[in-house]
Amino acid sequence: MEKLSILLGKGVQAASRLRGNGGSALPGLVVERTNPKFIRKILEKLPYGVVVISGTNGKTTTTKIVSELLTKQGLKVFTNETGSNFVRGVISAIIKNISLTGKFDYDIAVLELDEAHAVKFSEVAPITNSLLLNVQRDQLDRFGEIDHTAELLQKISTATENFTVLNREDPRVSKIKAKHPIYFGLSSTLLKQFPSDDNLLTKTVTQTENLPACVTLEKLKDQTATYKVNNKSCSVELALKGSYNAYNAAGALTLCHCVLPDVEPEHFVADLAEIQSAFGRGEVFNINGVDVELLLVKNPSAFQLSLANFVDDKHDYMIAINDNIADGRDVSWLWNVDFKDLPKVEIASGIRATDMALRLKYDGVACEKIQEDLSEALKIFVSTSKKPKRIFTTYTAMLELRKLISGKSLF
Amino acid sequence: MSLTILHLYPKEMNLYGDHGNVLALKKRCEWRKIRTKVIEYEPGDPLPKDFDIIFGGGGQDSGQSKIEQDLLRIAPEMKARIEDGTPALLICGLYQLFGKYFETAEGKRINGANILPLATVAGPKRLIGNIKISTSSFGDVVGYENHSGLTKISKNANAFGTVVTGAGNNGEDLTEGIFYKNCIGTYLHGPILPKNPRVADFLITKALERKTGKKYTLDRLNDRIELRAHNVAATRPR
Repeated sequence: MEKLSILLGKGVQAASRLRGNGGSALPGLVVERTNPKFIRKILEKLPYGVVVISGTNGKTTTTKIVSELLTKQGLKVFTNETGSNFVRGVISAIIKNISLTGKFDYDIAVLELDEAHAVKFSEVAPITNSLLLNVQRDQLDRFGEIDHTAELLQKISTATENFTVLNREDPRVSKIKAKHPIYFGLSSTLLKQFPSDDNLLTKTVTQTENLPACVTLEKLKDQTATYKVNNKSCSVELALKGSYNAYNAAGALTLCHCVLPDVEPEHFVADLAEIQSAFGRGEVFNINGVDVELLLVKNPSAFQLSLANFVDDKHDYMIAINDNIADGRDVSWLWNVDFKDLPKVEIASGIRATDMALRLKYDGVACEKIQEDLSEALKIFVSTSKKPKRIFTTYTAMLELRKLISGKSLF
Repeated sequence: MSLTILHLYPKEMNLYGDHGNVLALKKRCEWRKIRTKVIEYEPGDPLPKDFDIIFGGGGQDSGQSKIEQDLLRIAPEMKARIEDGTPALLICGLYQLFGKYFETAEGKRINGANILPLATVAGPKRLIGNIKISTSSFGDVVGYENHSGLTKISKNANAFGTVVTGAGNNGEDLTEGIFYKNCIGTYLHGPILPKNPRVADFLITKALERKTGKKYTLDRLNDRIELRAHNVAATRPR
């Protein structure tokens, strides 16, 4: 039965490739429909099982960290590509990487799944360990309310066979029940740098009850992060940018420790040094001699943290806001972000450029231009000055900007 | 001149950027040299005596349950003020709770403040998406709705507007919100005031008129960006 599905899936894959549709989820859809047990049959054979990473912010980078840390230890890691985090996307990725004879040559699957898809995944496939990062306001038009999102994470935890790695400092995550809960956290001095959703507007800090943490981010100065692992402090110079990535790395370290308990955690910490940011998350491009950095912002907490980390007077700023389905149709979240620290914005762009400009007006931040068209905006932006540039961008605007930049279709 | 805005339950009822409405009121006053003060009122606080505009936003179910009791406590004073013509803007959750009751999916009735002639019953699915309504006082008004409650306003009451695209009060009778004395209740997030500045200016004008006892015409502002954002929102798909 499985071999038949592989043949069928690969056939569909070849056919859709011929039609120029390489990254299609169609093979996954066909196999999902014809053999619903396929995904479980394949994944349950993996010797180190399946790891699921979910939460509102930081999934992509954290998945990349976990995959690379485990790869460095010699494991062969299967992971899903960004944007294919439906069950059928995972199946498509399996079809692509499995041999015709049914050999799926991997040690472990490390999967990034958003909250709703992770619950669907847990109904058809095993979850050995999970890492739940945070619950923040994101795409409320899809999930309804953040308490509902927390319930989805609870379901993921309930479906997890071994360890559930939980963010101790997010009150909606730390109270999640698990067979084997294990926490990552912050030192009390760092706590105020990382507002949870409830604290975003009021800027107060609520210390979660004192649960013991497996890994704590103790100190963060510039790019030097100090993690406390089993009462031992280890420092590392991170290539990853952004304090939230340094914190999510604590979750990644905890998860790696659960998967490979015999490896000294110091090894994992040392290996963190080489890991780079993920696609569109702090990537730097050079356009005509000017550095342009893309910073993905999907929701108010990510945007606020990005502003706290990436605003100075050495850069010029552009903000690109789209409201396509993948960005969330509702742009009211922009009003839950405080923009007052921005010196000024050179250009607002994307479908909702004017909403952004309006938001800046009410925070007293100058916005020099409004240009909905991303290609036009980018042209204007890179020619304003020789200063390095930063673009805060929503998801679909980021994809378009990346295409414009890497395709050089711009000039 | 100075106006005081009473912001009800900002901690529990602040979903979907609703506090942007308070910012819009503040800025539009400041730009006209009218000073403002915002009082953030939380459950258990003493209710201030002097305020000129009432604002309340939407919240999650858990947030609403935290403020219900307190709202009943301050209901008599709120009722007196709204009957007396104090301008007010109530969005989503507090719009519902200023009505007679909210009936949950399980049939449990949560008492509202019983100030506005309306009642709400939990519906089978959330009504979510961009919405445009047409109003007699403010022209077209745009926003974003996200609610599962279905609200019926009383036969004699005036709706805030008529649905052009979207669901509105209940997805059936084409009414959206309520316009009662100088109180506007609505499901429109967005937030509503920045992109619909005429609604903001109405609240400010009424507050000034009540305070000074004479007719008031606000200085005109340059609303070019406001109106452009309004027009973009009006063309977006549901």
